[in-house]
Amino acid sequence: MSMATQTAQPGAITAQDGGLASQIRVAVPERSVRSDLRAVSIVWRREMIRFRRDRLRAVTSLVQPLLFLLVLGTGLSSLAGGSMPPGVNFRTFIFPGVLAMSVLFTAVFSAASIVWDREFGFLREMLVAPVSRSAIVIGKTLGGATIATVQGVIMLALAGLAGVPYNAELFLILIGELLLLSFTITAFGVMMAARITQFQAFMALTQMLVMPLFFLSGALYPLSGLPGWLSVLTRIDPLTYVVGPMRHAVFSHLSLSPAALAHLSPGITWVGWVVPIWLSLTIVAVMGLAMLTIAIVEFSKTE
Amino acid sequence: MDQQEASVATQAGPGTDGADAPAPAQAGAGVQLETRPPAVEVSGLTKSYGDIEAVRGIDFEVAAGETFGFLGPNGAGKSTTIKILCTLARPTAGRASVAGHDVVRERDAVRRNIGLVFQDTTLDNYLSGTQNLRFHAELYAVPSAAVEPRMKQVLDMVGLWDRRDSLVSTYSGGMQRRLEIARGLLHAPHVLFLDEPTVGLDPQTRSSIWEYINDLKTREDITIFLTTHYMDEAEHCDRIAIIDHGKIVAIDTPEALKASVGKDRVQIQTADDAAAIRELASVFGIEAAMHEGAVTFSVESGEEFVPQLFARLTVPIRSVSVSRPSLDDVFMSYTGTTIRDAEASGTDHMRQMAARFRGRR
Repeated sequence: MSMATQTAQPGAITAQDGGLASQIRVAVPERSVRSDLRAVSIVWRREMIRFRRDRLRAVTSLVQPLLFLLVLGTGLSSLAGGSMPPGVNFRTFIFPGVLAMSVLFTAVFSAASIVWDREFGFLREMLVAPVSRSAIVIGKTLGGATIATVQGVIMLALAGLAGVPYNAELFLILIGELLLLSFTITAFGVMMAARITQFQAFMALTQMLVMPLFFLSGALYPLSGLPGWLSVLTRIDPLTYVVGPMRHAVFSHLSLSPAALAHLSPGITWVGWVVPIWLSLTIVAVMGLAMLTIAIVEFSKTE
Repeated sequence: MDQQEASVATQAGPGTDGADAPAPAQAGAGVQLETRPPAVEVSGLTKSYGDIEAVRGIDFEVAAGETFGFLGPNGAGKSTTIKILCTLARPTAGRASVAGHDVVRERDAVRRNIGLVFQDTTLDNYLSGTQNLRFHAELYAVPSAAVEPRMKQVLDMVGLWDRRDSLVSTYSGGMQRRLEIARGLLHAPHVLFLDEPTVGLDPQTRSSIWEYINDLKTREDITIFLTTHYMDEAEHCDRIAIIDHGKIVAIDTPEALKASVGKDRVQIQTADDAAAIRELASVFGIEAAMHEGAVTFSVESGEEFVPQLFARLTVPIRSVSVSRPSLDDVFMSYTGTTIRDAEASGTDHMRQMAARFRGRR
């Protein structure tokens, strides 16, 4: 067909509302950055609406981290207490790890909503829209990251239980680090969801990966003085590079002696070289972006 | 791009009072049908999945404003064709364009101009009706000012305005389908694709869905492309293509298709059947025989023949029945199977299982 006939036919369709004698003209504009941003925003907003509706989930997600913090943390404190400086509780030590844990599980579960959406058809509604797949994947990832961060912040509000001071600067740092972790883990989940189309398989596989991620991150023990094999594994675990900086933030706001700080938060070392905090966080961010990119590529290939 | 300009225009009708303005779409439809380019153009379309040829070189056109039905048993290639037209699958060979845009090269342009209602629900049950529509409006970048009025319009059209703020999970199957139709129309597409729009619904809900679709044809300037394997639904179409084993075996209006199959069947009960048969042969040259206890014969057009029958037959007639060939007969004659065989197939069973699973949550 020629362009002439195309332009002669207006882009707007006219619709009549029988009795009202009014016409509502709707024209879907060409795809643009603005329309893609609108798509990112609405995909994000949908995640928020669903999270708000699902209060039970917010509550149940707290149970596991609280068990680790209050039961494991208290139960082990008599054993671990000896190596703690005076006035520092074992619960304080594992608090950053527990924060990371609540974010970890929530983020993976948020990403699972893609698999859920696929199973119940809604993913199709998104994939057939005249928007770029990246808009949908980014919206989903940011949505999941926001929910996971909110979940982390709820946990953070319970800092007093772990003897962590309510300090504005500390909280800002921790929230920023939680956001970064949430983003990366959600991106990981979304990347997995691009390939794994069955809910059960997705949950089984992610749970299988999430527990080792948590246990190898140094969330429950210091990274110094580990046997070689465990030392290597902890350095491979991306979660390590968030838990380390979070622990550093917590302990540097506790007015400890430099010796005690060095003992409790020795930093992450690569064959003796201490990885600076900015590099730790950059590693996590780069991994998140890389997985997001893979997810976008994967979703652009389907249908 | 001038499409960005004035997205909402409220115009009074031709009369200044605006109280009882005519519906221009209805009046103008006939004229536009002639002048506008086809809504769907397909030529030599082929789609193979591995060794299996789902669609084997089909050609057809759908005029703008037409309601076009794709009829065939499950696995005949209906859904594959609709997937290609909706840019969800790439053709192996041949070409197709929708609303003037090539489905492969101008994918986004096609997507902007079509509305889709799938066989299986694609609603978010955890959102309200309004929220589902809002999501769609944002995703299709419907100009912000137009979103609210257009949402009201489509919700009114499908009779869901009162239930707009309820969660979709509380909707009945028929309401969900209506909401999907409303959503498919929200961005004012040129072509609305309905893939088995009434599958899995009870007969009453099916007919109410059809009331909404028929109403839609009069309200919106739109081309409707649907697939169905319900014979009675095909009657709602302006034209039907019968597809079987990936090929179009017949394409025409329902009336013409029925006429092509055979003549109307007339059965009469008379005072003297033997005399009636003799007279039919001598007066009309029609060969009649006794079937099911009645004098039975076939003629081209039953209704037109019956008055002549009364005028010219001397044997008193007690009762007359005229039956026309149904689309079932049409389908049977073109494909050699009945459509009911297809209805009991495995894919339907799967869908019911999925629906049951969905309902449980």
